[in-house]
Amino acid sequence: MPETILKHTIKTAITLVAFAFAFTLLMTVVYQVTKAPIAESEAAARIALFQQVIPHDRYDNAVLTDTVDIAPSALLGNKKPTTANIARMSAEPVAVILEAIAHDGYSGDIKLLVAINSDGVISGVRVIKHTETPGLGDYIDIAKSQWIKLFDAESLTKTSSANWAVTKDGGTFDYMAGATITPRAVIKAVHKALQYFEANKTVLLKEAVKEDETANKVGENGAI
Amino acid sequence: MGQFKDITENGIWKQNPGVVQLLGLCPTLAVTTTVVNGVSLGLATAVVMAAASGAVSPVRKFVPNEIRLPVFILVIAALVTVIDLLIHAYALPLHKVLGIFIPLIVVNCIVLGRVDAFAAKNPPAQAMWDGFIMGIGLTIVLALLGAMREVLGKGTLFSGLDLALGENFKHVVLTVIPDYQGFLLAALPPGAFLGLAFLIAAHNWAEQRKTNKKPTTPSPASESLKPAH
Repeated sequence: MPETILKHTIKTAITLVAFAFAFTLLMTVVYQVTKAPIAESEAAARIALFQQVIPHDRYDNAVLTDTVDIAPSALLGNKKPTTANIARMSAEPVAVILEAIAHDGYSGDIKLLVAINSDGVISGVRVIKHTETPGLGDYIDIAKSQWIKLFDAESLTKTSSANWAVTKDGGTFDYMAGATITPRAVIKAVHKALQYFEANKTVLLKEAVKEDETANKVGENGAI
Repeated sequence: MGQFKDITENGIWKQNPGVVQLLGLCPTLAVTTTVVNGVSLGLATAVVMAAASGAVSPVRKFVPNEIRLPVFILVIAALVTVIDLLIHAYALPLHKVLGIFIPLIVVNCIVLGRVDAFAAKNPPAQAMWDGFIMGIGLTIVLALLGAMREVLGKGTLFSGLDLALGENFKHVVLTVIPDYQGFLLAALPPGAFLGLAFLIAAHNWAEQRKTNKKPTTPSPASESLKPAH
């Protein structure tokens, strides 16, 4: 009797291992085959996203690989170290593309892409991720309305600190009826991103100069 | 061939996974905000089900009963991962939209349910057809629910088709109700529950009418195919 139990156990174990092996092999093969296309389409999607905040013809470097490390910062809202992308025209920094996170939206974090020209003027802002209420707070999304374009050409010098608020709170930014918490959060996040840029400008630009040589070498393949 | 006809009838109508078996409610309720989302996930599920049934059926005699469920889950999980990677590589925008729901096909009860109830007891061809047609049955429900919620919630039809098939399809998007303000209830999760309730009611009503018309004609062929419980 124990022998048949043992035999059965071994057979069962072997079957399980054989299946695990065969299907892990299948996954490995597919993973290897799709690895390059996935990286490619992710990069293309990222470039397309950047295009919305800074047009292609304003830079000629490989903006995806030309990055500066950013430590966790209250101004950007990032809790983990991240990177900023630097756009450059003939090695001269044109703009910095920052990711900013607003934690005080109506529901969940709002993730923003903010492109700031080297003179501190905003090139463009886009919401890349949000979970605001559909139909109420989602007008911050470019797919729903043009509201986010209010920030184009804004800067700390153009609009004083006190005016970085919705018109209801005495600021200069319009909002749509039904949702004020969402635009408040976005305006605050963009304002803080500008402050971050102002405070770290020298570091961002200095580091950018330092990385010039390597960045340009990589640039040949990655640039569009 | 009568067998395949019965399987088809079961998958699409009699045992429809969406409105009769009520398996796989997670994707049914969560992704059906638009037709395109619903159909995309439905088709992905159908492909996984056909592949899983096709993989399990030929080896059904070699899998000891005690470990059949772990083996089935292993097979399904591997196939879903493969589909997930393929969609990620070749249809990135669609992958962004369906997001977490593709990996979640693994825990969709309908997949394991059909593999265990049907594929583990039937030959490969029938098993694959059963898996596929059950997936199509689910897709139809997801499409109807998606259409209801999209028209009521956003006033459009087929929005996002360009995400799935490319920019050329942008003009296919129909604006059913112009200048529509949107009906939030339909777009949010409760709308999915209500919409599904209407679909189930419609299915039951149609079934009832059929049985009332001819009360004494049970279909003997489909009885033999019913999964043993």
